[in-house]
Amino acid sequence: MWDKEVIMMIVRGIGETLYMTLTSTFLGYLLGMPLGILLTVTDRGGIRPNAAVYKVIDALSNIFRSIPFLILLILIQPMTKAIVGKSYGSTAMIVPLTVAAAPYIARMVESSLKEVDYGVIEAALSMGASTWTIVYKVLLTEARTSLIINATIATGTILGYSAMAGCVGAGGLGDIAIRYGYYRYQADIMVVTVIILVLLVQILQGIGMMLSRRLDRRRA
Amino acid sequence: MEPIIKIEHLNKEFVLKDMNVHALKDVSLDIYKGDIYGIIGMSGAGKSTLVRCLNFLERPTGGKVVVDGKDLASLTEKELREQRKDIGMIFQHFNLLMQRSVLDNVCFPMQIAGIKKAEARQKAMEYLKIVGLEEKAKAYPAQLSGGQKQRVAIARVLASDPKILLCDEATSALDPQTTKAILQLLKEINQKYGITIVVITHEMTVVQEICSHVAIIDHGRLVEHGKVEDIFQAPKSKEARKLIYQGYEKVAEMKGKRCIRIIFSENSAFEPVIANMVLAFKTTVNILYANTRNLDGVAKGEMILQLPEETLLQEKMIAYLKNAKLSVEELKDYVG
Repeated sequence: MWDKEVIMMIVRGIGETLYMTLTSTFLGYLLGMPLGILLTVTDRGGIRPNAAVYKVIDALSNIFRSIPFLILLILIQPMTKAIVGKSYGSTAMIVPLTVAAAPYIARMVESSLKEVDYGVIEAALSMGASTWTIVYKVLLTEARTSLIINATIATGTILGYSAMAGCVGAGGLGDIAIRYGYYRYQADIMVVTVIILVLLVQILQGIGMMLSRRLDRRRA
Repeated sequence: MEPIIKIEHLNKEFVLKDMNVHALKDVSLDIYKGDIYGIIGMSGAGKSTLVRCLNFLERPTGGKVVVDGKDLASLTEKELREQRKDIGMIFQHFNLLMQRSVLDNVCFPMQIAGIKKAEARQKAMEYLKIVGLEEKAKAYPAQLSGGQKQRVAIARVLASDPKILLCDEATSALDPQTTKAILQLLKEINQKYGITIVVITHEMTVVQEICSHVAIIDHGRLVEHGKVEDIFQAPKSKEARKLIYQGYEKVAEMKGKRCIRIIFSENSAFEPVIANMVLAFKTTVNILYANTRNLDGVAKGEMILQLPEETLLQEKMIAYLKNAKLSVEELKDYVG
């Protein structure tokens, strides 16, 4: 049973999983990072408090985070079709994965940026730094360790979602696990794909932790 | 001469959970170029709020702050940012960028000002030399001691070439020796570059050490201000006296009612009996009356002492004096 075809399929599955996960994480950050920065800056006690902006983003991110991923995936199928042209396959899955990831990432970014000591922000303000300078040169730089750790966690979570998307023909390892393991009772293939998924998360986590440690200058 | 900082009828109110906090009440103060102006008060007196009103990190709710002829409230946001480059600030907890090297920290204000990187680096090294830390340029703040961190913060402030330097409890997290060295550095900067310095502190020793003028703040009000030597010589307000006599609080007033008369007859005139007792018990007594003479090296005469309130301590002191070969006699109702 472990012929070339199955092995090729699993290799392709790994490729698809990584493609979905990394692309959606990237796009998720493209959307979520600015939202997270806005949440930090406009919150009470932020450098530009704006209750209206904060409340809108806050509510939206909470609503999207509370919709179960599988439901979200089905709900936005028309949008997926409009963007990608079809509603199945790895590329199509990037749309719901990104939509699910962005609000989650926004919250992660917000929590990282809020760890930055207000004293340092105050010092920058006293030097005449603009809001943009503070975001770019103080918040993002000072919080980089925490941002990287959170990005690692986000990637792991999105990888989990991508496997879930296997239910609706997303391709990738999750898809293989469901089709062979669940529908055809080929437990061995399922076990192998699950082990590979675990390994992928482990590797991603390892890379993230190493990067954040290397970049952290706070230890004497 | 126009003051470089003119504070007029400054008010600041905060709303904290439906509670109104009136942090500053009608504060007016003139600070002139070259002054080292101390603003002293107990914690919660409003001095940190006051200093933040001088660069509009806090916006006052009433009154005016005029810096270098410009009313800060009238400036646009951009103009205010420009103005802030003339007003440096250092902090109790240094507030350095922890993820940047010492050199990059000093470069930061120059980066904000748009100075080219190579030029900024070269200048930063010069500022680090002034504060005596050029060999730490590549280190990160986490590798430095508190005093060194404050030196980096001072170099960083110098990098924006300010006219005014605000120090918010800049030595409060440092030990006495480091405090002294940092204050010395601030004094040098004041003299060498003519930078006007505003020092916020709760310690009178800091004011004594470097300030030319002092303002005393209590519960958001300015209670007294003037030249340091004048205030020290004749503090008018209760708050000023309290701050100036910080170290001697225990002598403020004797409350004990028990008084004794001691008679000297055979002690050496050169033995400081009472002072020794005070040192031994670390508690003061009050000399209400004294008439002693030195007769050929022997102390003769009497003294009336007011003892501390605590009965056990009174007994111990009496025993101590008797042991020192003095005759002790109780006095009834000598003090009210």
